[in-house]
Amino acid sequence: MRKFKEFIIEKLVLICGLASIFFVVLIFLFLLKEGLAVFKTVGPFKFLFGKSWYPISEPAQLGILPLILGSLLVTVGAAIISIPIGVGCAIYIAEIAPLKIKETLKAGIELLAAIPSVVLGFIGMITLVPLVKTVFHLPTGLTALSGSIMLAFMAMPTIVSIAEDALYSVPKTYKEGALALGATHWQTIWRVMLPAASSGILAAVMLGIGRVIGETMAVMMITGNAAVMPNSILAPVRTLTATIAAEMGEAVVGSEHYFALFAIGIVLFVISFAINVTADLFLHKRQ
Amino acid sequence: MVKFDIKDLNIWFGSIHALKQVSMEIQANEILSVIGPSNSGKTTFLRMLNRLNDLNQNFKMSGVIKLEQEDIKNINTELLRKKVGMVFALPLPLPLSIFDNVAYGVRMHGTKNKKVLGEIVEGSLQEAYLWEEVKDRLNESAFKLSGGQQQRLCIARTLAVQPEVILFDEPCSGLDPISTAKVEDAMVKLKQKYTIVLVTNNVKQAARVGDRTAFFLNGELIELDKTDKIFTAPQDKRTDGYIRGKFG
Repeated sequence: MRKFKEFIIEKLVLICGLASIFFVVLIFLFLLKEGLAVFKTVGPFKFLFGKSWYPISEPAQLGILPLILGSLLVTVGAAIISIPIGVGCAIYIAEIAPLKIKETLKAGIELLAAIPSVVLGFIGMITLVPLVKTVFHLPTGLTALSGSIMLAFMAMPTIVSIAEDALYSVPKTYKEGALALGATHWQTIWRVMLPAASSGILAAVMLGIGRVIGETMAVMMITGNAAVMPNSILAPVRTLTATIAAEMGEAVVGSEHYFALFAIGIVLFVISFAINVTADLFLHKRQ
Repeated sequence: MVKFDIKDLNIWFGSIHALKQVSMEIQANEILSVIGPSNSGKTTFLRMLNRLNDLNQNFKMSGVIKLEQEDIKNINTELLRKKVGMVFALPLPLPLSIFDNVAYGVRMHGTKNKKVLGEIVEGSLQEAYLWEEVKDRLNESAFKLSGGQQQRLCIARTLAVQPEVILFDEPCSGLDPISTAKVEDAMVKLKQKYTIVLVTNNVKQAARVGDRTAFFLNGELIELDKTDKIFTAPQDKRTDGYIRGKFG
């Protein structure tokens, strides 16, 4: 009887474990099935590098290069802003801050992570967008830059908490070893702590970027949603994610447009998958 | 000559009174062995001499420690730690080549000249009795060395910044007897140039290399005398009990 019970429980757990993989595979297959259909009408090259996205004109023009560039511009901008601030913040929390400030900061960072993206987008729309508009004398503040700044806020909690973890788990002996040689606190951080934690910090950065590239709501609200080739970071752009979210509702099921949106999904999937795998590689290197 | 002059030293970590009213002198060019059971405060005592205890958030102290008549509180911490080097219990090579490990501290203190660096690295490795074993493979990773070699590498790294005092914190606790003997040989030679404070759990090691031996128990300095005397005719019954292995 006990053996039978063991058997049942074991198999149940096995099913749970397999289910997660099973669903991922199903989702991916579904994406492929729906998405690859678009290549019956557009070549893959033309799809990826076509410069115009007019999905409902006659004939439809389905080039997603402006969308890819939009995503790239917003993501790179967000990375440039969030990585130095995030890593700096992690160093401060892990190494410099006194206990009380440390606790407060950590709670604050967690709170930042808990703000729903639509709320962030909403706040950005009201505060950041007019600011960008007046500072750069633009006709509209709905630009890639606004999106980058907003998304930097969303990537920061991920970067800070994982990087802080990485710094914290550097063995205490490393730090003492450097200090005992007469290193200053900063020399110890710069030459010992950061190199020792580098793989964890890189993983933190990758995961932060992964979060940015998959973000939809906030970017849709404040990047201006213009599916044209962006010529500067101060121009309105539209990202891959925002395109799917905005157009899926009105695309006719089974139309070229519908399939094209699924193909965008594949592109996004591939990008996030690549980022996650890279982050994983770094994390495992650490262990 | 008196190197360290310690008066009425008390140390607390939070509510724990780790060192109680310790006073002693450490002579230049001697090996002072510090023995005692775990939790007797001997490592705390050692880490006080280069102010590594300051890293602990709840640390509090009273009393005075003078390095050559100067209160160590008034010496810049980095300068103090350059003068008072430390070798830890576990060999701690950095993930760099053998050469870079030894040159590490020297570079950090601002020496960039390759020729000077090379001379310092060779000299330090020779002093640590490692040169002959590694001179043909200075560019290999330090992790390829054996445990005993790694520990001597750490000694060389400490020597490279030209300290006056070297603190050894149970330097042989992870080493086999042959490697231990080599490290001990190095220590005995080093005392001609440096002052050495050796914390050890190995009573026999204290007897082998120490000029004088201090016995700590529960944060108190019980007895400090010539090593021969401590091991043949100790004044205190507790010292006698510990070195005979009755407790500890």
